[in-house]
Amino acid sequence: MKILGSAITPERAWHNRREFLAALAAAAAGSALPGGARAAPVMPVQLIERLRYSRNERYSTTEPATAYADVTSYNNFYEFGTDKSDPAERADRLRPRPWSVVVDGECAAPGRLALEDLLRPHALEERVYRLRCVEAWSMVVPWIGFPLGDLLRRFQPTSRAQYVEFTTLHDPEQMPGQRVPVLDWPYVEGLRIDEAMHPLTLVAVGLYGRVLPNQNGAPLRLVVPWKYGFKSCKSIVRIRFSERQPVTSWKRSAPREYGFYANVNPAVDHPRWSQKRERRIGAGSLSGRQATLPFNGYGDEVAALYRGMDLARFF
Amino acid sequence: MRTARRWRHYLKPLVFALCLAPALWLAAGVRWPAWVDLGANPVEKIQHTLGLWALRLLLATLAITPLRQLTGQVEWLAYRRMLGLFAFFHVAAHLLFYVVVDQQFAWPILLEDVAERPFITVGFAAFLLLLPLAATSTAAAQRRLGRRWLALHRLIYPAALLGCVHFWWQVKADIREPAAYAAVAAILLGWRLYRRRPRPAVTGAAPTPARGSSRD
Repeated sequence: MKILGSAITPERAWHNRREFLAALAAAAAGSALPGGARAAPVMPVQLIERLRYSRNERYSTTEPATAYADVTSYNNFYEFGTDKSDPAERADRLRPRPWSVVVDGECAAPGRLALEDLLRPHALEERVYRLRCVEAWSMVVPWIGFPLGDLLRRFQPTSRAQYVEFTTLHDPEQMPGQRVPVLDWPYVEGLRIDEAMHPLTLVAVGLYGRVLPNQNGAPLRLVVPWKYGFKSCKSIVRIRFSERQPVTSWKRSAPREYGFYANVNPAVDHPRWSQKRERRIGAGSLSGRQATLPFNGYGDEVAALYRGMDLARFF
Repeated sequence: MRTARRWRHYLKPLVFALCLAPALWLAAGVRWPAWVDLGANPVEKIQHTLGLWALRLLLATLAITPLRQLTGQVEWLAYRRMLGLFAFFHVAAHLLFYVVVDQQFAWPILLEDVAERPFITVGFAAFLLLLPLAATSTAAAQRRLGRRWLALHRLIYPAALLGCVHFWWQVKADIREPAAYAAVAAILLGWRLYRRRPRPAVTGAAPTPARGSSRD
């Protein structure tokens, strides 16, 4: 299925957002969003055109999805601030259009692609994935996207491409959290090439059937569902194939606490908190924790990638 | 001085209500989530808010003595016990909420947390230090313990420091907020050290006011 650039990002929604919000605030803001009104300015869903996609049942969980309001108001996206509410409050400064991505490193066909050209060949699908944060909370998110492997193959990685490095936009103007050196900006993440090529690894451009909200990593982000959330690099501007393991941001910041692999693993605790259980996010819920599954429940698909590896050492 | 005492009649209930407000707000968020929004993760919100107010009130309690010394107003002391008890109320609620709601009495995990997670260990230690202070907060206990009461209640100093460490070790990367609390604690405790510094004997110098001599 072909998708037009205009289907990805309706111009009026981005440029006239404030006017639309003002005009439709009363009707739109709270009533249509599951989970009730949020204090954070979440874009009313009816202002965003629906994406065209098919649903991938095979890779979708049947667990109930976390409410749209919660998925878009409770975010770890330090580029906009370290509070969970900062991204929803400040991500309107991000301009996800026009956007381009540089692909370079160990590949035969490097280049800089405009977002439209990058997305054009790919059919979008919906996958409902569990998302497990390293902070021991979790969500269930209906992402819209396509397999990362399909994108990477277009650039013909060479045999030297053992790893793939992803870089988030670095622009303190658009991302005010980058004015504070809580991490060594820009944010860098990485995957081993077989992890990147795995059919579960997704490039997401939307959620809940709509274009990805800025606070969730617009215009395109990774979703690697068997790893802790910080591995899923947001607002990507660069993809680099490399022979060496990339130096990832959190590992650089605290190597004892965050590893390169960061596979969800209840048997390996974070030095400062237990990873055995997790809390499902949900406004109004005072429920306790549930058991965390190895590889976030995707062990059947991905455990083979790590056969013979000591996962306590390569955490 | 006399005016301040006259206002005490109105100010004390006001301070009482203010100290209770955060907990009431949280309770309202649990009872009426459509009206009082605690966000996508109410358990974390409640946990963090209780902890933050515990630390704020501990520091407020520690600020009373310097305020008295700086202003020469004994009236400040009228509020110290209330602030201290509210600090303990928040510490206890913070811990209880963690045990009952967050971990739902999962004792093996709770024991592991206290034993192996340094930030939880120091937080729990701070609670243990404050426990005897809350238990001996009455005027009767104060009379019974006499001079030992003052010595016992100096446990608030290490408790406040451990509270700051608990906060600091809990954050992932952005240490600005815990650093601000630690700075306030350092000033309040540093002030005491500064006052106690050995000074050359000056004949006729005004004696320092006795510490914590008020019974109220």
